[in-house]
Amino acid sequence: MNLRVRLRPLVFIAALLVIWEIAARRQSVHLLPGPWGVVGGIADLVRHGLLLKYVVASLFRVTWGFLLAALLAIPLGLTIGWYRRAEMAFNPIVQILRPISPLAWIPIAILWFGVGDLAAIFLIFLGSFLPLLLTAMSAARSVPAVYVNAGRNFGLGPARLVYQVFYPAVVPQLIVGLRITLGVAWLVVVAAEMIAVNSGLGFLIVDARNAGNRYDLVVAGMVIIGVIGLLLDMGMRSLERVKSFRWGYSED
Amino acid sequence: MALLKESVVAPAPKTKLSVEKVGMTFKRDGKSTPVLENINLEVADGEFVCLLGPSGCGKTTLLNAMAGFLSPTSGRIQVDNEAVNGPDPRRIFVFQERGVFPWLTVEGNIGFGLFKLSRAERQQRIDHYIKMVGLQGFEKAYPPELSGGMKQRLEVARALAVNPDMLFLDEPFGALDSITRLVMRGELLRIWEAERKTIIFVTHDIDEAVQLADRVVVMSARPATIQQIVNIDIPHPRDISSTRYLELRDGIFKQIGLAHKI
Repeated sequence: MNLRVRLRPLVFIAALLVIWEIAARRQSVHLLPGPWGVVGGIADLVRHGLLLKYVVASLFRVTWGFLLAALLAIPLGLTIGWYRRAEMAFNPIVQILRPISPLAWIPIAILWFGVGDLAAIFLIFLGSFLPLLLTAMSAARSVPAVYVNAGRNFGLGPARLVYQVFYPAVVPQLIVGLRITLGVAWLVVVAAEMIAVNSGLGFLIVDARNAGNRYDLVVAGMVIIGVIGLLLDMGMRSLERVKSFRWGYSED
Repeated sequence: MALLKESVVAPAPKTKLSVEKVGMTFKRDGKSTPVLENINLEVADGEFVCLLGPSGCGKTTLLNAMAGFLSPTSGRIQVDNEAVNGPDPRRIFVFQERGVFPWLTVEGNIGFGLFKLSRAERQQRIDHYIKMVGLQGFEKAYPPELSGGMKQRLEVARALAVNPDMLFLDEPFGALDSITRLVMRGELLRIWEAERKTIIFVTHDIDEAVQLADRVVVMSARPATIQQIVNIDIPHPRDISSTRYLELRDGIFKQIGLAHKI
């Protein structure tokens, strides 16, 4: 029973792959490579040692941009959220910056940092910073007063109050924000690599098209991006199952 | 401090809490709403007092002021002849909302206020109070895995573990079903008789007040004043179908202005 339920999505994916393969083989004009062609593309990448190199390059940029954003945005956001006046002062700026896609910063990123890792990291940082700041602000705002009052009642000083009450109270919301933002960062890195650098999965896609219309490599890059995105999300999701965080996600 | 001592007549030796001419006004959007007016109350050491009044009358506000979470607009609140100017671990507030920390286990919650003790002492206290409130077997459980009644007992245990002189309980059993509520009242009385803490208990349930308290403080609608203080002169365990019980209960019903009929 359980096995069946687990197999269901796999069976569905397999069926889709078969249909895709058949459709790809029967097409008269070359619109899309079939899954077999894509597998060949991935094998090609592995043979040339590019798969690992590009994946590492992309993950490296995401890690730095995302970590820097988290290290700055979370403490700042928690502080702003805690002090209502600070929030009122910051909110308009945040709301103006928020609708600007991080990709709109590409020219400026290249102007400041040139073509290279730094520009890409900067873009990921920009794409992660505001969502994390907003998450932290809202997490701080929604800490129930009853927890803080209970902490004060038991005689906790400010440091203990932050560490033993405020911090555990905001963690579940922060994890959700981190998970969603990591997804955004992964979207941004692909776009950034298409323009600002000469390696990585985004670069692979653009390069495969420019250097000889290798659409099997284009789709191979897309598949790898999807799989890694899924793994990142699963990793973050597993944090939500930690027992001392789990209370934040259920209703009762 | 010296000046205060001289100018105030020393209250009776056994007075734990004294509330003198306390008034409270909330200001919002330029409008001020009086919530408490001229509240005077003395509570003896080890006494069980219920604050009884309609919802929203300000009894929770009074309790918050006694516990030091709010400071009164006028008047004075003292515990052990010392002005209350903030929450204190000697006086623990048990919250109406579930105040247990959901990120800590049962053990972690009970040990929360014991950070000054050594590890062994802390564990000993935790074990003692887990037993007292009947949560054995749930030491490592997290609050979301507990029932409402268990969470409430956990919060009481957490409060008792720091060995406070006073407990402030704000409608602690309000969210429980009626059977659990009855059981919890029995438990609370048992604990109170064993530990003799001074208890201030807020409720809007007349029966609850008459079942538990030594004295019931009947409060009016907002702005709250004390309408009457009723001595409940029935020893525990109380027979809730005795004439005296019904007499006292119906007296309070009349005082509040409710006909005892549905």
